[in-house]
Amino acid sequence: MAIDSKVVAQVAHLARLKVDQADSDALSSRLNDILAMVDQLQQADVADVAPMAHPLDVTQPLRDDEVSEPNIRDKALEIAPAAEDGCFLVPRVIE
Amino acid sequence: MSWEVVIGLEIHVQLNTTSKLFSGSKLSTGAEPNTQASLVDLGMPGTLPVVNKEAVRKAALFGLAINADICRHSVFERKNYFYPDLPKGYQTTQLDKPIVGAGVVEVQLESGEKKVVRIHHAHLEEDAGKSLHEDFHGMTGIDLNRAGTPLIEVVTEPDMSNAEEAVAFAKKLHAIVTSIGICDGDMSQGNMRFDVNVSIRKPGEPLGTRTETKNLNSFRFMERAIKLEVERQIDVLEDGGEIVQETRLYNGDTHTARSMRSKEDANDYRYFPCPDLLPVEITDADLDALKAAMPELPDARKARFIADYQLSEYDADLLSGDLATAAFFEGATKAGGDAKLAANWVMGELAAKLNAEEKAIGESPVSAEQLGQLIARLKDGTISSKIAKQVFEACWAGEGDPDVVIEAKGLKQMSDSGELEKIVDDIIANNAPQVEDYRNSDDDKRKKKIGFFVGQAMKATQGKANPQQLNQLLKQKLDQ
Amino acid sequence: MHTKTLTELKAGLANGDFSSRELTEHFLARIKQFDGELNSFVTVTEQQALAQADAADQAIAAGQTGLLTGLPIAHKDIFCTEGVRTSCGSKMLDSFIAPYTATVVNKMASEGAVMLGKTNMDEFAMGSSNETSYYGPVKNPWDLERVPGGSSGGAAACLGARLAPAATGTDTGGSIRQPAALNNITGLKPTYGRVSRWGMIAFASSLDQAGPMGQSAEDCALMLQAMAGHDHRDSTSLNQKVDDYLGALKEDISGLTIGIPEEFFPDTLDGAIADNSRAAIRELEKLGAKVVSVSLPSIKLSVPAYYVIAPAEASSNLSRFDGVRFGHRCDDPKDLEDLYKRSRSEGFGDEVKRRILVGTYALSAGYYDAYYRRAQQVRRLIRDDFARAFEKVDVLMGPTAPETAFKLGAKKDDPVSMYMADVFTIGVNLAGLPALSMPTGFINGLPTGTQVIGNYFREGQILNVAHKYQQVTDWHRQLPTFGGEQ
Repeated sequence: MAIDSKVVAQVAHLARLKVDQADSDALSSRLNDILAMVDQLQQADVADVAPMAHPLDVTQPLRDDEVSEPNIRDKALEIAPAAEDGCFLVPRVIE
Repeated sequence: MSWEVVIGLEIHVQLNTTSKLFSGSKLSTGAEPNTQASLVDLGMPGTLPVVNKEAVRKAALFGLAINADICRHSVFERKNYFYPDLPKGYQTTQLDKPIVGAGVVEVQLESGEKKVVRIHHAHLEEDAGKSLHEDFHGMTGIDLNRAGTPLIEVVTEPDMSNAEEAVAFAKKLHAIVTSIGICDGDMSQGNMRFDVNVSIRKPGEPLGTRTETKNLNSFRFMERAIKLEVERQIDVLEDGGEIVQETRLYNGDTHTARSMRSKEDANDYRYFPCPDLLPVEITDADLDALKAAMPELPDARKARFIADYQLSEYDADLLSGDLATAAFFEGATKAGGDAKLAANWVMGELAAKLNAEEKAIGESPVSAEQLGQLIARLKDGTISSKIAKQVFEACWAGEGDPDVVIEAKGLKQMSDSGELEKIVDDIIANNAPQVEDYRNSDDDKRKKKIGFFVGQAMKATQGKANPQQLNQLLKQKLDQ
Repeated sequence: MHTKTLTELKAGLANGDFSSRELTEHFLARIKQFDGELNSFVTVTEQQALAQADAADQAIAAGQTGLLTGLPIAHKDIFCTEGVRTSCGSKMLDSFIAPYTATVVNKMASEGAVMLGKTNMDEFAMGSSNETSYYGPVKNPWDLERVPGGSSGGAAACLGARLAPAATGTDTGGSIRQPAALNNITGLKPTYGRVSRWGMIAFASSLDQAGPMGQSAEDCALMLQAMAGHDHRDSTSLNQKVDDYLGALKEDISGLTIGIPEEFFPDTLDGAIADNSRAAIRELEKLGAKVVSVSLPSIKLSVPAYYVIAPAEASSNLSRFDGVRFGHRCDDPKDLEDLYKRSRSEGFGDEVKRRILVGTYALSAGYYDAYYRRAQQVRRLIRDDFARAFEKVDVLMGPTAPETAFKLGAKKDDPVSMYMADVFTIGVNLAGLPALSMPTGFINGLPTGTQVIGNYFREGQILNVAHKYQQVTDWHRQLPTFGGEQ
């Protein structure tokens, strides 16, 4: 399943990455190398094999419904790239 | 040929847990921005989610309440997209294995008809934060206090065919989630939010293209938004146009809706099982415990109201739907000793007053016990129904319990027959012409003419005369 | 002091041969002297280390010691450390001062460990040569023109050159074991879920596991004892009793069955690499172990399965780096899209971007079944292969890496050939099994390692196998000439 610059551009947009036109061909070719390697998966006979999401067959531990987290706003805002009035700041969001 | 409307709903129900779905942050509204956002809620690198037991319990309880299958190993998935109020770049939600499978909700329509709405499934997920647009000089402020709040998203089949049905269903769902105590049900706080999918078609034709109107937070807005969208779709199609599949935003203040700026990329959320979380197991023992702890559901309550209080089906439906209303009614009945009177007062005077002041029943200045006391005084003849309204107003204004008001204002009915007899005698003595006129009339006319004497007596007693007693006394004296 | 193992240093502190301050100052001095060239540390926390050392000396004097009291340890810069930059080898987090501390770091500190600093690594742990770090490549102390392996390259190199007596690492596809092999040290990847991931910046959540890197199996056992255990903050950490790993080293290994997967000795494998591992296995036979041949037929698909699963999880895990709440943010974003795209493109390096793109593609509509779902199915086949093998054998052995350290830049333009560096280690991560790499000789002066894979939660057993081997060999005691005075 080879991908071209156009697909790369679509995927890059989904991942919110910028791909410069100049790098696009080289990038597509590298990605195609990786996908060609990955395509070996198509050889596998996986009929009736359940996908395995976790190494161990265990179930989710559940947490008691209690407040255990302190207010860390000052700490969090201190490392934020842009903050004001207790909020993180981003360019205007248009819905 | 007329249009057929097809409506499906997605309802976000906020669970009333103490802490968030995946972190131990406090759940509450109105806190200063980002003061209830933990490392996990902020999506800090290296942080991991742990599932809140109570959120799972409440979701499963809902499933049992709608007779749904409960998934024994439900799976959390990641829904990937970028948005500033979504700190991790994905929403942790459920897709293939939601905790609640298919179920049904039966709805009583105003016409008296019953309607079954099928629930496709309900899943657990986390809420996003909030984007604040004011006060940031053209920028947007991000508050993540709400991020991670547990929700269940209830998805219906497209089983409703007009706005009234959709609203009736929504109210029923509200009744269920508040009755089983999993949601506070405060619409003004966004405890329940509705997304409405609407399409239209000619009868017999395949489903039309649907639009989704998002984030409606009141029954009234939902009803109006649906009607508006149906009209719009009819106009478009009848003008030879086509419906575009899109997300729309309804503005309740202006009663207008618009298409949300369509994202240039088709939504490709790249769902996959969240590798930080494991399947959530619900055992037979868990289910047994939930069933044993299941509070009374609205339908059962309604049946009980009909059986125990001899209410009409319509009254029982109105009173049993909302848990707070039901509790108020039962409290007033218990204190007042008369279900029929309690029902009339709750649906009548109280509802009108709450409505006029835009108050929820929980905020009523007159308590169920106070209303019960009022009813008791009505029943034992201490006050007349006319005076009762006056007492109710005084209670509403905070002047104290009915007994206190009655006493303080001297509103007790005059039931001392000696005192009343004296007043009646005075009236007869002072209105000779009217007395004569009365006595010269036949029975039919007398029935009308007695009104004058009743009026005079009420005036003299400031309305405190017991009407029956007064009538009897007047007849007795005038007819002799 | 730096030629002593962690275990020996612990005894020295207990004997009063030297203080923790002296020990810490010694290693800080070595870092100052040699790390300019090696580049194995991103941050050295000198003041904090000395304060911790002084506290340790007081604890020792008061007789209140933990497992690691006074012992200097270097942490991979993937573990969050409150108040200290936690870069993950990325420009994205170049200025990120973590607001909290990882469980692994906390657990070791509570046992008295002294943190020397944070070690260099491939960016977001994506790499097998430590060349993707924003802070520049780490050199291999055995040959400064060669790579140390990755992604825990800084940890392995500083330990190989004895700039630290022990280090922590993380292993998603071989990131502890492969650099351990290339730097002549011992490194253990525990069973998935044995060590908490809280505070460890995620690469691929279902594969990532932290583990010890030491001079010997005994050192690793000592460290694992402090690192392992359930953490209520990590849903995937197992609530299972922690074994006595040092105690396990006393067990007899005669009668142990070693399985040799034929797939770990393919015809294409460098003969000298194969010979070193076979020689190590023969040493264990001399100690009473039995050797049988086994097959793991699906393991050949481990690299393709891994390069779907790991990038897919990574593409999602790295979405939080968006320039909003922490990390790099571009200058003057003109709108939201611009903020996202420029912050992320400036903050991430090429290999990270490649993997995000591959992972995004593999999860996207229309490709999910062909890639992600299929990879998860193959993952189960691989796990089942291991399970069948462990019905017959106690441990599995083979070479850790298919080659010795390669030249810096040699594979820079060929990601796929770089990915093959982990061909023997990746299957273990997919299955979630514990495995270690131990030094088993040299080829042309460059170290080689042999991998010992155990069944779930049998860390004690594989550590014991390595320990028994290290008692009759001295490969693990060999030091590079770099670092002087050997």
